[in-house]
Amino acid sequence: MAKKVAFLQGNEAAAQGALYAGCKFFAGYPITPSTEVAEVMSAELPKIGGKFIQMEDEIGAMAAILGASLTGTKVLTSTSGPGLSLKQELIGYGCIAEIPAVIFNVMRGGPSTGMPTGPSQSDVMCAKWGTHGDHPAICLVPASVQETYEEMVRAFNLAEKYRTPVMVMPDEIVAHMRERIVFPEPGELEVINRTAPTVPPEQYKPYDTSFGDVPPLAAYGSGYKYHVTGLNKMQDGFPTTKAEIVQAEEERQVRKVEANKADIMKWEEYLVDDADIVVVAYGSTSRSARFAVNEARKNGLKAGLFRLQTFWPFPEERLLEISKKVKAFITPEMNLGMCNGVVKGCIEGNAPVLGIFRVDGEPINPGQIVDKMKEVK
Amino acid sequence: MAFDYDKYIRPGKLPHIWCPGCGHGIVMKGLIRAIDTVGLDTKNTAIVSGIGCASRLPGYMDCCTLHTAHGRAAAFATGVKMAKPEMDVILVGGDGDGTAIGGNHFIHACRRNINMTYIILNNKIYGMTGGQFSPATPTGAKASTTPYGNPDPAFDIAKLAIGAGATFVARGTSFHANQIDKLIAEAIQHKGFSVVEILDDCPTTYGRRNKFKSVIEMMNHLKDIAVPVKAAEKMSPEQLEGKILTGVLFKEERPEYTSEYAKLIERAKAAK
Amino acid sequence: MEKKLPTIEIIEKYCKGCHICVEFCPTKVLEMQGFVAAVKNLDACIKCMQCELRCPDFAIKVTP
Repeated sequence: MAKKVAFLQGNEAAAQGALYAGCKFFAGYPITPSTEVAEVMSAELPKIGGKFIQMEDEIGAMAAILGASLTGTKVLTSTSGPGLSLKQELIGYGCIAEIPAVIFNVMRGGPSTGMPTGPSQSDVMCAKWGTHGDHPAICLVPASVQETYEEMVRAFNLAEKYRTPVMVMPDEIVAHMRERIVFPEPGELEVINRTAPTVPPEQYKPYDTSFGDVPPLAAYGSGYKYHVTGLNKMQDGFPTTKAEIVQAEEERQVRKVEANKADIMKWEEYLVDDADIVVVAYGSTSRSARFAVNEARKNGLKAGLFRLQTFWPFPEERLLEISKKVKAFITPEMNLGMCNGVVKGCIEGNAPVLGIFRVDGEPINPGQIVDKMKEVK
Repeated sequence: MAFDYDKYIRPGKLPHIWCPGCGHGIVMKGLIRAIDTVGLDTKNTAIVSGIGCASRLPGYMDCCTLHTAHGRAAAFATGVKMAKPEMDVILVGGDGDGTAIGGNHFIHACRRNINMTYIILNNKIYGMTGGQFSPATPTGAKASTTPYGNPDPAFDIAKLAIGAGATFVARGTSFHANQIDKLIAEAIQHKGFSVVEILDDCPTTYGRRNKFKSVIEMMNHLKDIAVPVKAAEKMSPEQLEGKILTGVLFKEERPEYTSEYAKLIERAKAAK
Repeated sequence: MEKKLPTIEIIEKYCKGCHICVEFCPTKVLEMQGFVAAVKNLDACIKCMQCELRCPDFAIKVTP
């Protein structure tokens, strides 16, 4: 049987991907340019017995999904720049209390209200450093409508598997462009559910590390009574200021992502093996970069594309390896050098990292990237 | 037999963190008796709070407890209740947490009329941070951030709740301890968003700055200003000057949010 | 008929010495002994339960 195909917008694909992953609860607040996600969820969730709620503000939406997740439900919110800023405190809450949740953030111009309808890639640092305190960060950066769908499924899987908030961040171009999408069949993509406890309620501890770095999470109302707090906590969930416990718990919270980077990180290498110049790009910019690489190759320039599919964790080790044999990296991005700085930070000065930075609401075109390649000596 | 509070308290958690004379413990006892009266199943009961002294209450309760971020209790609780309407959800917090930083979530929870009970322990001050004035601090009162007297007018929290659409609003005081459980029990049994404001004392950060020599004076003050709604009906405006009405202040039946959403689901499924 | 006296148990490790029970007992059954409340005159107890109800610290148990 032929697979179902459609001509979808990135935002619509995100909502469909969430539904495929088993999302049953959405809370959000209207914001351009991500509102279509909320619109699709408001129509689709009730049909399958799921719940949609439009909250009074962005903070409330983040709070509502965390509350709903504790009942054992897969949850989603969608937002954009200003909303992401507002949600940050509770993203930190999700990290310390270890509550699975997916945050879909469409990157528009900033800071502040910025350019609500203009594309940008300037939220990638906010995904890691937006909330205060040390915490794990997972951020996926899809580049097509199809990939947005599939990465949404993976985002839910990672949130459930590692008990932590996960962000999916397309730029506005990916979120609003329409492309052909082939829907995966049920069962075709892996769908992961959080681990429920196997111990009886009286023995249950919500942060019991005897089960590893990601302890099982019981659902409220399933017979398990436990405490959740945003304070530094002990294995039983109650607050503590005991130095050795706080240190160990903080380290575990970060480690559960850092030690599993290989499972979480995803990138694509296109003509990188023999490349002298490697373009490191993500989102819609990576599509211009691929075009530029092809153009360069036609003109005898050995160019390659390193396309980030996860921005956090960042593939530092692989880029360090590549840096030993290239003449230069180029980072085209719709911000003033966020990825550029991260690449510089992980390649130990082995090669120059040239930037192409645009924050004028216009996409970076292939010609700009080809021109930059010509500057490489 | 004495009432067995221990049945509802997590073993080993007492004594609690509240200061000597703080009324929060009195309210917690009232809540426990109310839960017992109504017969809530603690496995199926979520107690949700924000940040502050009052918001430490859930940690002592042997239920599904959620100590959230400052002001966010109502929004977290809305998520819990929407996702699992069969759970009983009780919110607890202070005046600053609920009506300043959490004011927006509070009024919208009232408006939705979602079936939860919000107990606001109003001690007129931010106690945990050392006594800064809150939206419930009376004009002229002293707080650590109003050394010349509070320039702000105060919220009437019960009126705010009624205005925002809560369908059950009651007020009690920590002096009138035997009334607290009755008000909370009635609130829990009400189908809709219910608010119970308990006027409470903070001898440590409010009393000592505002000429109350002891918690006893503060409780006597609560006794003096409280007028039951029934009694107030027979009193003149002059007699009611400076008084606070207690008891069930407002009650109405209005469609409840999760029930309405269940109907919406049926409509969506039928239209599929 | 002999009057059945209640038992008033004071859990000293919970008592924070706020005086509420002592001050508001209508028949002055309780007193402060150092920092904690204690029973002074059990005979006077009218089993109104107000000390237990108003104890913020879960430190008083009255069995009528």
